[in-house]
Amino acid sequence: MAYESMIAEMITIRGHNNDAISAYTARPMGPGPFPGVVLIHHLPGWGEHYREMTRKFAHHGYAAISHNLYERVGTGSADDVAAKARAQGGVADAQVVGDTEAAVQWLKVQPYLNGKVGVIGSCSGGRQTFYYACHTKSVDAAVELWGGRVVMDDVSEKQPVAPIEFTKSLSCPLLGIFGNEDRAPSPEQVDLHEAELKKHGKNYEFHRYDGAGHGFTYYHRPMYRVEQALDAWEKIFAFFKKHLAA
Amino acid sequence: MCTSIVEIARAEGSARSVKGWFGLTHSVVCYDHPQHALLDDAITIDFVNDQLEPGARAAVELTLESAKALSAALLKAIAAAEAEEAERAPAHRLKVIAGGARG
Repeated sequence: MAYESMIAEMITIRGHNNDAISAYTARPMGPGPFPGVVLIHHLPGWGEHYREMTRKFAHHGYAAISHNLYERVGTGSADDVAAKARAQGGVADAQVVGDTEAAVQWLKVQPYLNGKVGVIGSCSGGRQTFYYACHTKSVDAAVELWGGRVVMDDVSEKQPVAPIEFTKSLSCPLLGIFGNEDRAPSPEQVDLHEAELKKHGKNYEFHRYDGAGHGFTYYHRPMYRVEQALDAWEKIFAFFKKHLAA
Repeated sequence: MCTSIVEIARAEGSARSVKGWFGLTHSVVCYDHPQHALLDDAITIDFVNDQLEPGARAAVELTLESAKALSAALLKAIAAAEAEEAERAPAHRLKVIAGGARG
């Protein structure tokens, strides 16, 4: 079922350290109840693609919110802000948890929410989705799209511990989507990620696509693989439908 | 691919963004997702001023081969420039420094 009428708007929420951060929201028109989805944007920025993804979830009947992890970096075009964030070593994992929790809690007090919230992110946002789901008990499902550096050696002040180390604390079912031609995460890293989930008896499902690499649902980039992308979207919506129904 | 390949060098000079010229503080070289070039990954070079807004940036996204060609051209030009400077009479250089001349 498609929800043809929707409302989309920019809001301000209080994120990590009570900082004011921007967030883009979209939801179907009407009283609901709708399940909620929080979208964690990717390394290339909080830009048009994540606006479109947010509206895509609204089109499918979700109340969606995509918050700006780069708010503190400055204002300007998404490309420029992302470049500055990258030069600063990305964002701190602790900030991601604080900002994302704020987006989840914003959804939870909306009168049209059915009480359930999922989280999804791609690329660096896939990594952060997994990290966040290991640091909260506020969400009911998580979708990690090709999360690079869940397995990582190059820890830093902002990212002091590899997310895989927190697998034991994963608090909700996890869907992982990966391309077998990706190098970050490589198939070997996805193997390690999966082994750790198995070891701790976590509720997860991984789908690993041949003929696809990193970012294969990005239809504006050359890595787009239509067949794999369409199948992945079916799996994402089936997963959220299963876990976010009231 | 989600790399963490980022190299940052201090920079003195100027670059031009859509808003006009600005003074540089750094050159940032990465190998990661490009925004515009139709490549899975690219060498990206940003000439920036980190004291200004994010728009103080002149950016390029290059194939690896183009980046290698650029690197070779830079090294060649720098070697020629250093040879040129070495040939200058010390007195001339002292005069330029004393006079505070630029360009």
